[in-house]
Order: sequence, then C-alpha cells, then structure tokens
Amino acid sequence: MDLASIYRAEYGRCVATLARLLGDINLAEEAVQDAFTTAVQKWQTPPPNPGAWIVTTARNRAVDRLRRESTREARYAQALLLHQQDEPQEVGPVKDDQLRLIFTCCHPALAPDARTALTLRLLGGLEVPEIARAYLIQEATVAQRIVRAKKKIRDAGIPYRVPAEHELPDRLPPVLTVLYLMFNEGYASTAGPLIRTDLCAEAIRLARELAALMPDEPEVLGLLALLLLTEARRPARLDPTGELVLLADQDRSLWNRALIAEGHDLVRRCLRRNRPGPYQIQAAISAVHTDGASTDWRQVLALYDQLLALVPTPVVALNRAVAVAEVHGPAVALAALEDLDLPGYHRLPATRAELLARLGREAEARAAYDEAMALATNETERAFLQTRQTELSRTRRPS
Amino acid sequence: MKQYLLSVHFVEGAPTPTDEEMQTMFRETDRINDELQAAGAWVFAGGLRSPESATVVRVENGTTTMSDGPFAETKEHIAGFWVIKCADLDQALAWAEKCAAACGPVEVRPFDDLSQA
Repeated sequence: MDLASIYRAEYGRCVATLARLLGDINLAEEAVQDAFTTAVQKWQTPPPNPGAWIVTTARNRAVDRLRRESTREARYAQALLLHQQDEPQEVGPVKDDQLRLIFTCCHPALAPDARTALTLRLLGGLEVPEIARAYLIQEATVAQRIVRAKKKIRDAGIPYRVPAEHELPDRLPPVLTVLYLMFNEGYASTAGPLIRTDLCAEAIRLARELAALMPDEPEVLGLLALLLLTEARRPARLDPTGELVLLADQDRSLWNRALIAEGHDLVRRCLRRNRPGPYQIQAAISAVHTDGASTDWRQVLALYDQLLALVPTPVVALNRAVAVAEVHGPAVALAALEDLDLPGYHRLPATRAELLARLGREAEARAAYDEAMALATNETERAFLQTRQTELSRTRRPS
Repeated sequence: MKQYLLSVHFVEGAPTPTDEEMQTMFRETDRINDELQAAGAWVFAGGLRSPESATVVRVENGTTTMSDGPFAETKEHIAGFWVIKCADLDQALAWAEKCAAACGPVEVRPFDDLSQA
C-alpha cells in the first residue's frame, strides 16, 4: 500500500482521534500532517498498523510542540495531554471519535455549506482543491468556509460529542445529508474520473458506523441501504472502455450480490418500522431496481409518487419523470418535465433529449443533447451524451 | 466553563405585546431565571429600557461628544439579555431554546474567553 492511499484511508480517523485527545481541530490536523511528513522520511515499508503509528507520532509531536510553546493556553493543553498519555486508545483509532467529529462538523449552528466542506476535509481527508472541484466553487471560498467553521467550533464551544437521543431528530438530518452528498460526489464526480471509489467507500463506512450506533433510526438504516444498493451496481456502470452504461443495459451478473442482499435486508427492516422517510423510500426504489431480472417500473413510480409528496423538489420530479416514461410512455414524461426549473443541471436536458429521441423528434433531441453537454462537468458523462447523440443520427439513417 | 450572552431583540414596528402577553413573558422569564440559578448557570440577566433612552459617548481627537439614541441605526435593538455559564454550546443552546420560547428569537454568542483560561 502506498503512502497516498494510506493517507486517504487514515487521515479522517487520525484527525478524529487527535481532536479528542487535543480538544482542538487545528492542532489535530497540524499534528497529523506532521506525522505523515515524518512517515514519508522514515517508512521504508509501512508499519502493520499505519493509523496507530500516525496517531502515536502525531500525539508525541503535538506534546513536543506544546512544550516548546510557552503561552499559558499551551501549558494548559500540555498538562491535559500529559495527563492522558497512558490512555489505551492510542493503539488504534476508535470509531466513536469519528462519530463525535461527524456530529461536530454537522452541528446545526454551522452553515450547511460549511458542514459538507468540513466533513469532506476532516473525515474524508479531501484537500481544499478537491472539495472546490467537487462543488465547482472557488478554492478560496472552500478554504474560507473551513477556516470559519473551525473557528466557530472553537470560539462558540461546539462540543465533540454524539448527541443524546432526544436531540437526534434535530441533529441527525444534517449528518445524513452530508454522508449522502459525500457518496454522491464519489458516485458521479463533478469532474475528473466519474467514480471515486474512495469517497463512496468512506461514505459507506461512516454510514455503517452511524447505523451501528443508531440501529433504531429508520432513516439511518434507509441511507445505509440506499448507499449499499447504489454501490452494488457500480461494477456494471462503466463498460470495459470506460463508457457509461444505462441501468437498463447493465450486465446484472456484475452487480455485487452481497451488498444487494444486505441492502434488501435493511429495506425490509425499515418497512417493518413503518416510519418512511426520504432515504428509506429512495432505498426502496433501489431495492426494486435490484430485485429480479428487470425493474418493476410501476412499483418504482408508486414509490416516486410517495417521495415527491414528502420531498417536492424539482430533482425528485425529474427522477420521477424517468419512471413515468417507462410506465406511461415518453410523451407523458416529457409533459411532466415542462415546468421544471433546474438551472445549470445537465440531467434535465439530458433526460429531455432521451425522451425526444424515443419520440423520434431528432432535431429537438440533438439540441437538448447539446444543451446537456454544455452543462455536464464530468468528461465521462459528456462522452456518454456525445455517444447518445451520435447514435441518434445512426438510427435515423435508413439501413 | 464558557460564558455566553443570550440576547433578546426588540424589532421596531413589530406588534406590541398585550399586557397579558407581557405578564406571561415576565412570569416565564422569572421561571427561567430560577431554573438557571438552581442549575448554577446564572451569571447575570436584565431587561433594557427602550433604545430611545440610550446615549452614545464618543471621544475623538480628545473631544468628547454625546449623542441621543442608540449606536446603530437599525430596526432591531437589544431588549434584554442573559449572561450564562455552561460547558459548551449545546448547553447554551438548550437554555436559549427555553428563553426563545418565552421572549422570542435569542442570539447566542460566546464571550471571548482568553482571559479566563
């Protein structure tokens, strides 16, 4: 395993542990970065437990540093650190630390934009330029959001802890949103390679930990099920040349059976609780897609109707239109798209293009593909749209 | 322990509460004050007279000037506040929720605690 992938895998866990030990996110980050710098110099081959090595080294570095600095605040922190030196946690990062940090990063007192940026940075180990690329915003903006959020955590005294049960209804939704966004960005990256397996894996790992901690929260199970069922289809999403494959054309034998079984089981557990929420319904839709040899579109449409009633957003309406096309035909679906307003979102013109193509309205379809390609930010998605547009002229030519 | 300012704001032009509503507000505030004291979170609290009663004092180039009225020309003015001490923001927010239920929106703001380390 190379250092870059160790960094990716261990950064979040190490920062979470150090943040608990030091009580300061900035110090934690600096110490972990110092430790990785030391690792670059010292490791011939990585130690058997690189995370534990980094945590131990980072903590020793932080203690050294605090010893050198002589402010009262630093001495205070140092005393605290030395006091904790024999704590057993240093042998391996504790999963609780990460949950604590997730809830800290997703605290409702922080601005929503800052929550995602901070979680991706501190728990996902993403660098500022990567986050900026992922959300198509200026690096300076991301950096500023992160700095401001860390400052607010420190100054306002946002605690590092998992909230008590009665606080969960308020505190959980932002956490779920952040994990969902993290996974989405990995599943269909805004730029660069279409799929970023590391981000998907990280979001799933965090969702699993959340589900283990909160087995009675149906939306947590719903989110985990949704991520697992989506991840299960990943191996069939790109063909050997790296081109996108539509769900209907995917080789289902490539789907990950174990993840599907686990996802279906979670969906059943959610159904038994009978407290449906947006993530559970989306998971149920994914469960229908992955059940049997083909998709039961009527069931999917019924679930989308339920989802739209709960979350009446244009994105949900757009996804529902895809199901409408399968059940009632492209003309009805096209009419359903008419009033949707999703500025800058390439999937709206892309879906319209598909429907127009099916209706044989090639000129309009071509224009819609052009529009979608102009908006798509990911090269793989653009290439896919280009292929669809080319196929349009091929099918038009009489054979 | 950190200290937080929980401030309540008076918005110009907002409907004036009836006497009965005022009585309820005072009663609720008293109850919260008792609760804060019992929990050991109380530092100080008080309601303020109207913004018109304010005076701003400025010293510029050695000259002191005073002007009638509040510092900022806004429609929102601080109407009263609590200073509380508690372990973290979550505790402060829990108190703020009770205060907000009694008196309307509450701004929670930490004191700069460099001096009390």
